[in-house]
Amino acid sequence: MSLFVIIISGILINNYVLSRILGICPFLGVSKQVETAFGMSMAVTFVMTLAGVITWLAQTYVLEKLGLGYMQTVTFILVIAALVQFVEMVIQKFSPTLYQSLGIYLPLITTNCAVLGVSILNIKEEFGLLETTVNSAASAIGFGLAIVLFAGIRERLELSNIPEAFKGFPIALFTASLMSLAFLGFAGLV
Amino acid sequence: MDFRTILDPIISLGGMGLIFGAGLAYASQKFAVEVDERVTEIRNVLPGANCGACGYPGCDGLASAIAEGKAPVNGCPVGGADVAAKIGEIMGVKADAQDKKVAKVLCDGDITKCGEKFQYEGIQDCVAAAAVQGGSKACPYGCLGLGSCVEACQFGAIEIVQGVARIDPEKCTACGKCIEVCPKNVIDWVPYKQSVVITCNNKDPGKIVRGICEVGCIGCRICVKNCPTNTIEFENNLAFINYDNCTNCFTCVEKCPTKAIEGNLEIKQRLGL
Repeated sequence: MSLFVIIISGILINNYVLSRILGICPFLGVSKQVETAFGMSMAVTFVMTLAGVITWLAQTYVLEKLGLGYMQTVTFILVIAALVQFVEMVIQKFSPTLYQSLGIYLPLITTNCAVLGVSILNIKEEFGLLETTVNSAASAIGFGLAIVLFAGIRERLELSNIPEAFKGFPIALFTASLMSLAFLGFAGLV
Repeated sequence: MDFRTILDPIISLGGMGLIFGAGLAYASQKFAVEVDERVTEIRNVLPGANCGACGYPGCDGLASAIAEGKAPVNGCPVGGADVAAKIGEIMGVKADAQDKKVAKVLCDGDITKCGEKFQYEGIQDCVAAAAVQGGSKACPYGCLGLGSCVEACQFGAIEIVQGVARIDPEKCTACGKCIEVCPKNVIDWVPYKQSVVITCNNKDPGKIVRGICEVGCIGCRICVKNCPTNTIEFENNLAFINYDNCTNCFTCVEKCPTKAIEGNLEIKQRLGL
């Protein structure tokens, strides 16, 4: 598979949030403002790309060499957890405001299924190291694209006249499903 | 059994854990953030209801604002004087005691005193009920008694007695949630020390009030005329007390022909007046 196809596939066609429906927790939780959504997508991009690469290395050079394929999930979670801790420290140091607004969703990247999903699918698709890096980054950008677009819509929803019963999460879920339908249009692209 | 089947996973996973642990330990020193110890201390003293009555996003927000000197030590209206004194100790300043206020339902027209316009059988919630012709209560200004405020109160200070909400001044923390949620705007601030309160909110002329409620203010102005300190004023067919000058003498309570003025002897005795 060419790298271009991997990029397009990761961002648009197999968008982790809108097509695979993974990583919904931060997608709904941190999408009230474009700014925090952008910060979150940056954090996820960092974690996802690095997690993809390190888990690939761990899988290829440790697990497969020792024939420990069954330890995949445990090992990957360990790698992701360590990375998230690291990202948390960095964000707390350099942007306390972002740290505040991300709140609980930052440590929750640890158990974000999108991150684990990317790592496992990289192995499943039998990607090489370069393809893994590109696919992880593209998937993360896809996640970021979805969450930032969604946050933009939700910012405008705040100002719109919505029936009382639909305010908050209900209308957000409607919006998410409509976005998902819209992204379905990319399915025939490649 | 091959011994390595057990040893390999332990060593590989343990080794990775060790490497990541060491990396994180190094990073935590490199990226250490200095946290003001006082913030945590103040946070522990605050009530922790995160009600937002102080104007900051939750107790954490107020704690850091106090530590930075942006908010006064008595910034928490819920905690009152006790909490202010404790925070003052942490910050090393003396706290000014804030005059405590409590929320009070300005309506005494319970089901025995004020009738119904029609039978309401919709959603048992004041906001919903008020959307239907302003509620089923005969008095368009009175407490609907369906308990939207009871639900809003995080401190369990409100209960519905005979169809009218009553707020326990001892439990009330002045967070203002009930005042916000009440569709009838029948709840208002009253000083904690105030024992004489006009418990009517009806702004209609006396003739109408007399027809719908036994304990409504009919605008006779007897209280205004009899008040020894001239602290009762009259506006929109409704008497109101200027709490700053009121001496809680109970003259108006005794004179009011419809008993629309509540005199709470308990509070008076407690203050030793």
